[in-house]
Amino acid sequence: MKNTLFCLLTATIVTLAQADEVQVAVAANFTGPMQVIAPLFERDTGHKAIPSFGATGKFYAQVVNGAPFEVLLAADDETPARMVREGHAVAGTPFTYAIGTLVLWSAKADFVDDKGEILKKGGFRHLAIANPKTAPYGAAALQAMGRLGVADNLKPLFVQGENIAQTQQFVATGAAELGFIAYSQVIKNGRIGSGSGWIVPGKLYDPIRQDAVILARGRDKPAALALLNYLKGDKAKAIIRSFGYELP
Amino acid sequence: MEDTDLGAIWLTLKLATVVTVLLLIVGTPIAWWLARTRSRLKGVVGAVVALPLVLPPTVLGFYLLVAMGPNGPVGRLTEGLGLGLLPFTFPGLVIASVFYSLPFVVQPIQNAFEAIGERPLEVAATLRASPWDTFWSVAVPLAKPGFLSGAILGFAHTVGEFGIVLMIGGNIPGKTRVVSVQIYDHVEALEYTQAHWLAGGMVLFSFVVLFALYTFNPARRKLA
Repeated sequence: MKNTLFCLLTATIVTLAQADEVQVAVAANFTGPMQVIAPLFERDTGHKAIPSFGATGKFYAQVVNGAPFEVLLAADDETPARMVREGHAVAGTPFTYAIGTLVLWSAKADFVDDKGEILKKGGFRHLAIANPKTAPYGAAALQAMGRLGVADNLKPLFVQGENIAQTQQFVATGAAELGFIAYSQVIKNGRIGSGSGWIVPGKLYDPIRQDAVILARGRDKPAALALLNYLKGDKAKAIIRSFGYELP
Repeated sequence: MEDTDLGAIWLTLKLATVVTVLLLIVGTPIAWWLARTRSRLKGVVGAVVALPLVLPPTVLGFYLLVAMGPNGPVGRLTEGLGLGLLPFTFPGLVIASVFYSLPFVVQPIQNAFEAIGERPLEVAATLRASPWDTFWSVAVPLAKPGFLSGAILGFAHTVGEFGIVLMIGGNIPGKTRVVSVQIYDHVEALEYTQAHWLAGGMVLFSFVVLFALYTFNPARRKLA
């Protein structure tokens, strides 16, 4: 008995020594794909990715103030660039791991038509968007409504989520009838999984380029580099595509 | 300071005032009952009132959002009454805050009522005061420090609320964007200067309120 325990203990210690952990800050819209990619990454490389999900702006503030993240998968390309400029991230490492797709979604079936005409017709009390000041999908939603010429009419109906996950929650609970969220949040087998939605055409908003970057704390850390390389690989790319993202 | 900041401050003060008034109206009978009753339900009601002290705001916010939504019982009721839905509205925030700050008002008043004891009430009764008269002429004046503590704590706690407002408010300027949410927005948007103004103001406000409470209210000092 003692021997077995000893063997187990040594085995654990040896594994721990070889496997490296990497703390990743992940944009809320990338929650779905990351949950698929993280276990595959661990199986294929032996490194363990520990993801935290949230708003990119919040991660910025946390990292600048000493949060122990080593890699950031941002919801935009500006934050990683800014972090490199300010010395919080490693120069030369930012790359676009996904290009986001915006959808107008409702939890109710047959509520949102497939041309987005409902935005002009109305018939709803609340339209949820992510805070445009801090969330790229919110900014893209505002831009799309602006190009459709409906932004001013709809502004009084806006309710804002702190990040894209909370925005989806407003719509999913029915508290808001519809809202602009990320396609990745509602995609299932290559189509909108439940409720009703409209995939907003790319010409209505500037591409949501989402960049990944190694943060200062992840410098010289093999697991951090391994994760970024893994995201560039075909296996990860296929998963990212399956969640409705474009790739550069 | 921007207009949006001033708007958030005004909204926060309005919310806290409405909530405090409502809490004094709702909380006083609950506190009186809790202080006087010998019912076995006392433990249950006391525990329910105290729940917001220990529950994270996310739990309350989540349940309120679901309950007040179109598929929840409260949402069905308000829609049936033609009032519409409560999430993302000022009345919705008021109701949520009443729940959230309830123990901060009920408990000091309950303690004050309990501290009176039986004697003054019995004396009033022998002088043929009706229970209603006794309550207003004896109990309330004697429990005044408790009311003061309750009102101040309820007000301050509502000003300091964040999690629930974030979850059911929807961050609408002039309706649900209170100071705490506005600060959070500034921080996320990296507008640290504006964040400092508001956050510093909150620290100062809270300190002054608590300082006044502990300095000028002997009843509270005893409780603490």
